[in-house]
Amino acid sequence: MSKTDRWDEFMEGVWRQNPIFVMVLGLCPALAVTVSAVNAISMGIATTFVLTCSCVLVSLLRKLIPKEVRIATYIVIIATFVTVVDYLIQAVSLALYDALGAFIQLIVVNCIILGRAEAHASKNSPLPALINALGMSLGFTLGLFALGAVREILGAGSLFGIALFGGSFQPWVVMVLPPGGFFVLGLWLLLFAALERRKQRKALEVAQHA
Amino acid sequence: MHESVWQIFINAFLANNFVLAMFLGLCPFIGVSGKLETAVPMGAATTFVMLVASLCAYGLNLILGALGLEFLRLIAYIVIIASAVQLVEMVLKKYSPGLFRALGIYLPLITTNCAVLGVALFQTAREYDFAQSLMFAVGAGAGFTLAIVLMASVRERLQLSDVPSVAQGTALSLMLAGVLSLAFMGFAGLGG
Repeated sequence: MSKTDRWDEFMEGVWRQNPIFVMVLGLCPALAVTVSAVNAISMGIATTFVLTCSCVLVSLLRKLIPKEVRIATYIVIIATFVTVVDYLIQAVSLALYDALGAFIQLIVVNCIILGRAEAHASKNSPLPALINALGMSLGFTLGLFALGAVREILGAGSLFGIALFGGSFQPWVVMVLPPGGFFVLGLWLLLFAALERRKQRKALEVAQHA
Repeated sequence: MHESVWQIFINAFLANNFVLAMFLGLCPFIGVSGKLETAVPMGAATTFVMLVASLCAYGLNLILGALGLEFLRLIAYIVIIASAVQLVEMVLKKYSPGLFRALGIYLPLITTNCAVLGVALFQTAREYDFAQSLMFAVGAGAGFTLAIVLMASVRERLQLSDVPSVAQGTALSLMLAGVLSLAFMGFAGLGG
């Protein structure tokens, strides 16, 4: 595997197959915890740990796991790593643990992780599996950050807890409430769809002129 | 326990609707809500799995607590849910093959429906007793069904209207979900 191939493999998760904006997977944690940028990044890091560890382990064990029980095996592997993260976050920061709530344990049922284990790690050797998992994790974290930052700026007038607009700013509270999550993600998807549309139109014009 | 079973039901069903207020079970909510005729059975199947999972989780939690093995809770829950889904799948395949095909990939994916695991985890975290857990599962299932049926009805109507092509697809579904969620915020405080 050459260096460019690896880079390609990595960038697939970050950009072309971004889990949130392109595949629209793992929405539950993406919408529930992104009321602030800090929460979003913490959730991203926790998911990164679980995703990379489970993908590498699944890849190492891929020849030992019987095909019939593979999904059950993957879920048990994922659940083990999630238990580790759960206890780890509880030990490091109780405030963060309370903010993320049940959504740390619910990483188990994040479709991105099971999807990667099934679609990629179970068919590839550990190194590509690791690179792919890291790319996907970074893409997921970026997606969470994009949601969390917009919601925090609009809903609380701050970013990373630092006030941005001075005292006269009237926070747009609905953005940190549940409907805001749906609206902000919908708007991001709309933006990407519009950009894609524009790119296609440009390509068409160039083709017609040539 | 200060919460009555009725309050728990209303809370899980309307005030803190699992899908629209707590963001649980969004994948099937977006994925299967295209048509009303698949949305209803999906809601029913999910409710059934929630009920089974809740009962099993309650029993399992007692056993794990007695043995001092709480750290195994998450792994044990997910295995129970996977088995319950397998059961539903076999029953549906035998008695209603058409429905089985219509639900397709989303049926086994109930295993990774966070609403189901959410029921088990929340009832443990809130230390509900047996009757409360049961009512919580029924309320959560009813809430999920209500949300997915509402969404499917709106989306069926939308197919007849003129929507800008850029907005079609997931982006529009999310906007709709946002509006529904806004409406459900009106129920806040109903559960006391």
